[in-house]
Amino acid sequence: MTAVPFVRPARSRRASLPPEEPLIPQRGRGGSGGYWLYLIPGLVLLTAVIVIPLVWNVYLTFTEYRGIRPPVWIGLENWVELFQDAKFWTSFINSVWMIVAMVVVPTLIGLLLAAFLFDIIGTKFGGRTASFLRASYYLPQILPAAIAGIVIGWILRPEDGALNEILTNIGLGNLAHNWLGSPDTALASIMVVLVWIQIGYPVVIFMAALQRVDPELYEAAELDGANWWQRFRAITVPSIRPEVYVVTLTCTIAALKVFGPVYVLTRGGPGTSTIVPAYYAYSEFFQAQQVGYGATIATALTVVIAIVAVFFIRAQNASERKERAGL
Amino acid sequence: MVAPAVLTDTTTAPAPVRRPRANTRKRPGGVDWLVLAFAIVAAILIVAPFYLIVVNSFKSPADYSNSGPLSLPTSFYTDGLVAFWNRVNFPEKVWNSFFIAGMTAVLAVLISVLNAFAIGIGRVKGRTWIVLLFLLANLLPQEALLYPLYFMAKAVGLYNNVWSVIIIFTVIQAAFGTYLLSAVYGTFPKEVLEAAAMDGASRWQILWRVIFPISRPTLSVLLIFFFIWTWNEFLIPLTFLVSNSTQTVPVAISVLQGDRLMDVTTTSASALLGLIPTLLFFLIFQRTLTRGITAGAVK
Repeated sequence: MTAVPFVRPARSRRASLPPEEPLIPQRGRGGSGGYWLYLIPGLVLLTAVIVIPLVWNVYLTFTEYRGIRPPVWIGLENWVELFQDAKFWTSFINSVWMIVAMVVVPTLIGLLLAAFLFDIIGTKFGGRTASFLRASYYLPQILPAAIAGIVIGWILRPEDGALNEILTNIGLGNLAHNWLGSPDTALASIMVVLVWIQIGYPVVIFMAALQRVDPELYEAAELDGANWWQRFRAITVPSIRPEVYVVTLTCTIAALKVFGPVYVLTRGGPGTSTIVPAYYAYSEFFQAQQVGYGATIATALTVVIAIVAVFFIRAQNASERKERAGL
Repeated sequence: MVAPAVLTDTTTAPAPVRRPRANTRKRPGGVDWLVLAFAIVAAILIVAPFYLIVVNSFKSPADYSNSGPLSLPTSFYTDGLVAFWNRVNFPEKVWNSFFIAGMTAVLAVLISVLNAFAIGIGRVKGRTWIVLLFLLANLLPQEALLYPLYFMAKAVGLYNNVWSVIIIFTVIQAAFGTYLLSAVYGTFPKEVLEAAAMDGASRWQILWRVIFPISRPTLSVLLIFFFIWTWNEFLIPLTFLVSNSTQTVPVAISVLQGDRLMDVTTTSASALLGLIPTLLFFLIFQRTLTRGITAGAVK
């Protein structure tokens, strides 16, 4: 197993080569030396745009920097402040809610919808119906996140938004509410936006994964008297476990980075009820002019994302090993 | 938009939803109808916001408050749409977005091919670590690069210039492309490469005359994804493109949201203008996209 996460190397149909030999046969003994030339543009750009800014950003966490005069070294003061900063902890708790909205809920509902579409609707009502429904679920995925925020923000407008208008029209006017403007519902409203955006992604991925499953399996299980739920547990879920890993990993990282919808809908407010680390860092950089502190928040977020990625990749490798041992 | 599943194998055609063989198609029972109803209700809920935006973009504010958001417009009213179109100078914003996304997609595919050639075909030493480095570059939160990049862009005079955004996204997208293409090129049919080498082609020729044409389907999927991802980006364009003449569609539309002059149907029209371009891409690229999204994440 290579260290490359979430890709199982395709079983190659090639005659095996020593691992360090290039695929193009060598004339003379060049080894793989000449290939380095091809990496130069990519690595130079990567250094300039990613590596240097990242290191610089870490340096800024140890400084007091207002963006005008040069940074002043203050040691660990920003980090001490960060750990005592209630707003920072609130932003991370909100990140957990973002993970619920972008990973937990869409994955569970997506699993159910994909199984329904594949195993019931596709077989009983035809493939076209299933394809059409799948495309409808996927629709919000194509929007820029900021525009998706604007669409739902428009529906939730306080005085004349569509949702409040509809509630008033069906006689539930007392339920009309300033959804994004009151601390008790703002976070839930943002979560609804994210669920709406995300739902189609797992459905599409899981349905594609289910194409690998042999229909004979389902038929055999049915003949043995397994009901739908048992088939779902015994065949559907285990067959698409690798995809579940890919979806949870990519979506968890995306959830930790959420910025667009929060910026467009609430700017982290009211108060700090919808603040997330990405927006908090942004506002420290460009509104509070506390660049050193903003860099500290961004670095903390980077560390959390790295931990999440490593954790997932290890869990996935462990489960693959278990699977192989079990076979 | 989240990254698609990883393509590790380019030979899988998009699998359509499997048609059951006619003889196994059973008559739907009561529970099946219930499941269908559930799936349809879910679809209606998900598509409803699109319906609301389209319907209300063509209403006058008075029409909206009289007949509510659900009804069709009583007259075809385009003042809101026209007013917003002129206010943001929409064609200019579309061109900015298009130029940034298009340039980025082409450059990022080019860099990905060069990197993947060295890693996947050339198998340079330490390639596992190089791939990991690129992958990490793609996973990083952009906030962790934002201020230094902002500072650098100002220093070299690229602040508020579309090229700053193009360069940054070229690197971020190429990082993902390198990761993915290296895996694809690592399983490239060796016989083809040997035959080309026997005919005396140099590495450079083999790359552009053999590998590039053969991997074109994968590259076109990457190109489309890079284009759409870059089009949809928000944080970096918001930070770097501050004047009206350089802004992208999502930034220009979001900047005007809190505006006092925006009545309810004009705001709806602004959202409509924001979603139309992506809907068009979706329709144009749908086949390639579904192939890209559904090509097995794991073989």
